[in-house]
Amino acid sequence: MSDILNTDILDTDIVNPVEPILRSDRIPHIWCPGCGIGTTVNSFARALVDSNIDLGSLALVSGIGCTGRVAGYVKLDSFHTTHGRAIPFATGLKLANPKLNVVVYSGDGDLSAIGGNHLIHAARRNIDLKVICVNNLIYAMTGGQTAPTTPDHSTTSTNPYGVFEPSFNLPHLVEAAGAVYVARWTTFHVRQLSRSISEAFKKKGFSFIEVISPCPTLYQRRNKMGDGLDAMKYYKEKSKVRHGAPTGEVGLTMTGEIIVGKFVDRDRPDYETMMRSQFRESLGERFVEQTEMVCS
Amino acid sequence: MKTGLQKADPRGVLTGVHFMDGDHACCEGALAAGSRFAAGYPITPSTEVVERFASRVPTVGGTFIQMEDELAASITLQGAVWGGAKAFTVTSGPGFSLMMEHIGYAAMTETPCVFVDVQRGGPSTGLPTLPAQADMMQAKWGSHGDYEIIALCPNSPQECFDLTIKAFNLAEEFRVPVMFMMDECVGHMSEKVVIPPADQIEVVPRRHTHKSIEDYLPYGANGDQVPEMAHAGEGYNFHVTGLTHDERGYPNMTLPVQDKLVRRLQSKIRDAADRIAMFEEEQLDGADVIVVSYGITSRVAQRAIEAARERGLRVGKLRLITAWPFPDKKIRELAAKTKAFVVPELNLGQMVGEVERAAAGQAKTFAVSHAGGGVHNPEDILKVIVEAAR
Repeated sequence: MSDILNTDILDTDIVNPVEPILRSDRIPHIWCPGCGIGTTVNSFARALVDSNIDLGSLALVSGIGCTGRVAGYVKLDSFHTTHGRAIPFATGLKLANPKLNVVVYSGDGDLSAIGGNHLIHAARRNIDLKVICVNNLIYAMTGGQTAPTTPDHSTTSTNPYGVFEPSFNLPHLVEAAGAVYVARWTTFHVRQLSRSISEAFKKKGFSFIEVISPCPTLYQRRNKMGDGLDAMKYYKEKSKVRHGAPTGEVGLTMTGEIIVGKFVDRDRPDYETMMRSQFRESLGERFVEQTEMVCS
Repeated sequence: MKTGLQKADPRGVLTGVHFMDGDHACCEGALAAGSRFAAGYPITPSTEVVERFASRVPTVGGTFIQMEDELAASITLQGAVWGGAKAFTVTSGPGFSLMMEHIGYAAMTETPCVFVDVQRGGPSTGLPTLPAQADMMQAKWGSHGDYEIIALCPNSPQECFDLTIKAFNLAEEFRVPVMFMMDECVGHMSEKVVIPPADQIEVVPRRHTHKSIEDYLPYGANGDQVPEMAHAGEGYNFHVTGLTHDERGYPNMTLPVQDKLVRRLQSKIRDAADRIAMFEEEQLDGADVIVVSYGITSRVAQRAIEAARERGLRVGKLRLITAWPFPDKKIRELAAKTKAFVVPELNLGQMVGEVERAAAGQAKTFAVSHAGGGVHNPEDILKVIVEAAR
């Protein structure tokens, strides 16, 4: 027994392998017990470690909401912007310094409601952004109001008699708008999610990864769906991996199957590549390549 | 820390004597100031600024992107600033209204940038092709919360060039969004514009930190209240948020942190108000009446001022080039020596209220209002000058 209680073991500097990517001085975080956002951050950090991304060239941009707080917890150049505008901010950042790897990390309400116009246009332009959309099916930060993603028949604080408006199928939306990489996982699929994030880093263009994530405090409590553990059980039981599934068939319902996997992986020139080739063609030698935009 | 001046990058400077309108001159001013990034959304009567930028910038090494709306344009440019660019956007009334949230974001995050507003008649869609000066209060107060901005008012295409450079320089010096308050007349009138050689144009560089990664505090007050910046990708791993934040840039929503931050955002501009204030003055000594005007209205007022002088009235002229921060001190000093101020403007009374406030009862204040859509008839201004001189 004395071996087990050997304090030498307890004193060793064992750190979580993803800790260097987190702002430890900002922990504890604000997320509720059972919330899935922290799980997604763990998978994200794991992907950064595994894919040997140069962290110095990585910037993370968030909008507003529970997931919007991710920017504050990662030890990267991080921007907590305004509600819905993470994507256009990230667009400016990327175009001004194309050497940056720019990740947009935000929630379903932020990205697809107030920021919905920016989402589809960035996908159309094929801006080289990696978008991680944590979809908890609700506006959580403000107290559980209906989002564009809230499934039919569930109850929210603004649809107390049940949601009757149809919801967005986000993979279908962004594929139609032009994304080159589209995947969906749940917070049960931590390793698959990590691998998808690593894969997206290898793509040039607009990549979109949706992560279905529990909100025990608001969505599940109001809909009598249990706690965080119950959500894991539901994800485990009802998720079906279907890589390449037509995105038109992956819409979510309140209690039905969750189709997960990599749905889209295609190539087309990203915005900057198209811009440069257009200018070269039209302007010839008059075109001056943007080099260092940094104004010292 | 006083920021050292640099000379303009000659690639962006179209040295020579030109005949161009104010919108185009504004674009040339932005290029001369070193701006290599603009994000915009088309809106009359401002669009010519970005049309010219879109045409010019690929030949000087930079980017223009037309965004899906003004909400996007006004934050895209801020992403570009944190990526290292000097950036701006251009709009008019309805678009300016949509940009308000991001003027607040730029003020809160101390993102140096320029918002050009070529003013047209409002409210709402109003008079898309006709002038007004009715966004002056919106420029100052449009976003929620307490903050300060700087606003400049050109009255000619030449000033659209010169003062756009000044706008970028002030933005960099104070890390603040600068409102460039043109109007449809100034934007669309064509006049001689002289663009000097690049080595005669002074440009304020970014307040980039020289500190090490360990020592750098992104929002540490810096003696003169303006923090030093770092750009993404340089290894500083800094955090930027629109939430109330401490010197590390971390969210901290406590009363002392809010008080310290918001007071600094205000005082970094207000304490420098005298240095920022620019005006054109004429025959102020011994004037019984002083006409205070700005933008296109200053040129109409000139006619009225001269007509009044022909009648033997002692009329002085004060043209506001800096509208915000409002030059309280100048008005206060003049109010002690004159009988009255006459303030013509293309709105139903905006800056006149500031003149009256700063005069604090020492001199009378007369508005010459106009709902916009044209410029004043000089006779209307003259009548008020005559009345004020009694």
